[in-house]
Amino acid sequence: MDIIYNILEAILPFEFIEYTFMKNALLAILLVTPVFAILGTMIVNNKMAFFSDALGHSALTGIAIGMVLGISNMNISMIFFAVIFALLLNFVKNKTTYGADTIISVFSSIAIALGLAMLAQSGNFNKYSSYLVGDILSISNIEILYLFLAFIAVFAFWYFTFNKLNVLSINSTLAKSRGVNTKLIDNIFVILIAVIVMISIRWIGILLINSLLILPAASSRNVTKNMRSYHLLSVIFSLFSGTAGLVISYYWNIPTGSMIVLISGIIYFITFGIRKLVKE
Amino acid sequence: MSESVACGLHCTKINHINVKFGKEVVLKDVNLHVHCGQLTVIIGRNGAGKSTLLKAILGEVEHTGNIVFTDMKENITKRIKIGYVPQSIHIEKHMPTTVYDLFASCICHVPVFLKKDKKIYQEIKEQLKLFGAEKLIDKSIGDLSGGELQRVLLAIATKPTPNLLILDEPVSGIDKNGTEDFYELVNNLKQKYDMSILLVSHDLDLVKKYADKVVLLDKEVVKEGTPEEVFHSLEFQNRFGNLK
Repeated sequence: MDIIYNILEAILPFEFIEYTFMKNALLAILLVTPVFAILGTMIVNNKMAFFSDALGHSALTGIAIGMVLGISNMNISMIFFAVIFALLLNFVKNKTTYGADTIISVFSSIAIALGLAMLAQSGNFNKYSSYLVGDILSISNIEILYLFLAFIAVFAFWYFTFNKLNVLSINSTLAKSRGVNTKLIDNIFVILIAVIVMISIRWIGILLINSLLILPAASSRNVTKNMRSYHLLSVIFSLFSGTAGLVISYYWNIPTGSMIVLISGIIYFITFGIRKLVKE
Repeated sequence: MSESVACGLHCTKINHINVKFGKEVVLKDVNLHVHCGQLTVIIGRNGAGKSTLLKAILGEVEHTGNIVFTDMKENITKRIKIGYVPQSIHIEKHMPTTVYDLFASCICHVPVFLKKDKKIYQEIKEQLKLFGAEKLIDKSIGDLSGGELQRVLLAIATKPTPNLLILDEPVSGIDKNGTEDFYELVNNLKQKYDMSILLVSHDLDLVKKYADKVVLLDKEVVKEGTPEEVFHSLEFQNRFGNLK
């Protein structure tokens, strides 16, 4: 870890980098933002923005369940609950003929209500309210390692299954005819989103995490025409808003998560404007 | 008309297909034999189970019964390769997916978000050329017309050459001429390749002109035979009225 710290200090001659918490936060952002950017490409293409939003909300129930069961590491109960939540949501969504948004909304509201009720009942709500907005400056070394492992897992999955995921996203019967195990791939994809969202949610916050998944990809989609530039720009936008958000929040004393999302939002509207201009 | 290359000795047997959605019987004991070098067309009213049958053959819909591909020349059963052209794909404008991206995603494992693979790119171009669509390779699939998209999907479905090509005839976004072009392409394929073609159709005039065999479906096979036989049958007239 010291080697990485030294490298960061050597290449970044700024005041903020002297603090260990800033170095850790920067490393976390460099790991999390590209992962969110590439997962976001397919979430946006598949119109799953609402789905991932609901998934983020389920973190609250995961925390509450962990607390009731007396689990010391909240990550475990959160991930466990989120994976079940995601698979259940996927299952119900595929079985029903109602609009998917209604079903997702029902699931989402129940998850929040249940989580709040359980936390309030035990008088522990204030202790966990930091999950709502997140605090990336408190991330520790071991937690950066978790993010690193998640980073590797997502990129490996993306490398080996992206083409299948892509055909599936365009037409599921077409994917089936090309020998794609559509249900399996779809389920692994949502499990992966669930895991990544849960291990990042303490740093980003339940309220903001979805924008980190959606905004970079949505901005990139505004101005790109093929898969290569779609991915590349999404990663660039995400890395840029992440690091710029961190640095600005340090100097202006604004919560880091909010700053990152504000910058992503500005990028979105700029790309949206560019798209309109190009069209005319 | 040029001589067909199909040997007529390959047969796809679709045996005893039953599909139920809850309690509702959608398909009841459907049996079909599709021979190579033949265009077999399934017709039927809305809700007769045409698209469901295709999905059952592709394994997307739960069903009983099986699909067997036999080579009568060597008298062995082989694993079947199926090509499929969907009826309609709803693609948004500005979709960041080019024809290359979609095609390469279907035929190779190198992820398309990385650099373009030159060899694959050439292969795809050659294949698109057979369908007069090589110029579309770098276009976004959201910007294609209905007919263009259909050509691309046909090119994808026939690479590699399948034993059975399943087509769901496009009904929306394509005009009458476009539909006729589509049938011409399918007819060419039938002569050029050694494969069986199964088409679900909604256009009875063109069926008369191009089909080798017609199957009238109404939850089960109610009549099959040459277009004349089926079109003049009582079963047909009960369902479609008397066609001029």
